[in-house]
Amino acid sequence: MPVAEIVFWLVAAFTIISASFVVLNNQLLYSAIALLFSLFGVAGLYIFLWADFIAGIQLIVYIGGINVLIIFGIMLTNKISSVRLSQTNVQQGVGAVIALWLMILISLVISKTPWLQIESSEPSETVSVIGTLLLSKYLLPFEAISLLLLGALIGAALLSREAT
Amino acid sequence: MDQLNNYLYISAILFSLGTFAVMTRRNGIAVLMGVELILNAANINFVAFSRFGGMNMDGHIFSLFVIVLAAAEAAVALAIVINIYNNLHTINVDDAALLKE
Repeated sequence: MPVAEIVFWLVAAFTIISASFVVLNNQLLYSAIALLFSLFGVAGLYIFLWADFIAGIQLIVYIGGINVLIIFGIMLTNKISSVRLSQTNVQQGVGAVIALWLMILISLVISKTPWLQIESSEPSETVSVIGTLLLSKYLLPFEAISLLLLGALIGAALLSREAT
Repeated sequence: MDQLNNYLYISAILFSLGTFAVMTRRNGIAVLMGVELILNAANINFVAFSRFGGMNMDGHIFSLFVIVLAAAEAAVALAIVINIYNNLHTINVDDAALLKE
């Protein structure tokens, strides 16, 4: 077994174990930290998929932005003196059955489908190709998503403002 | 590592863990974390299909858009959660059911 293969399985196991820690842990702040490690593992998977730019964006936006935002939200809405309640609702059994059933169903579909795999070589650069595509073929979605970001920014600022 | 199926299985496991969190968590922020896991699973699929479909860059563009949408969604969702906390003094999503009454 080559070293790259071993590293791949280590990264995959790391991602899945941290993700299950996110889901099953009762303490919210620990869940947020585990989510950070899980997102880090997903960035590692992107590097195995030759998507170095997406991996960098994942590190910057998810770990540097969204995860910090989530930790802020937990800190702002947690009462330190409050009683530790159970974090899960009464539907835990049903939810586990549905999630397990979903996973088995998707895995069956994956294993039964003859996926087409085209052999290709590792690209020498991805950033310039992505930049060219964003400003030529995907110019309209690019502009639309910038408008959406502006709207989300204004909306979030408006929603979280002190009501006077 | 050079098999499409491995990536698809990993993303299927992440997706079902995310749906489990969305279905069973009571805390609004924990539900949001489950949604982030689901979006990451979809992103792994996009990039994997792009890699094994002859290094087609369209999948990378799509996953970039998904990441941007996730950022916008997290910002708005946290603003809503903090608003619910200010009004109801809880972020239990089962208690935020004023429209039902």
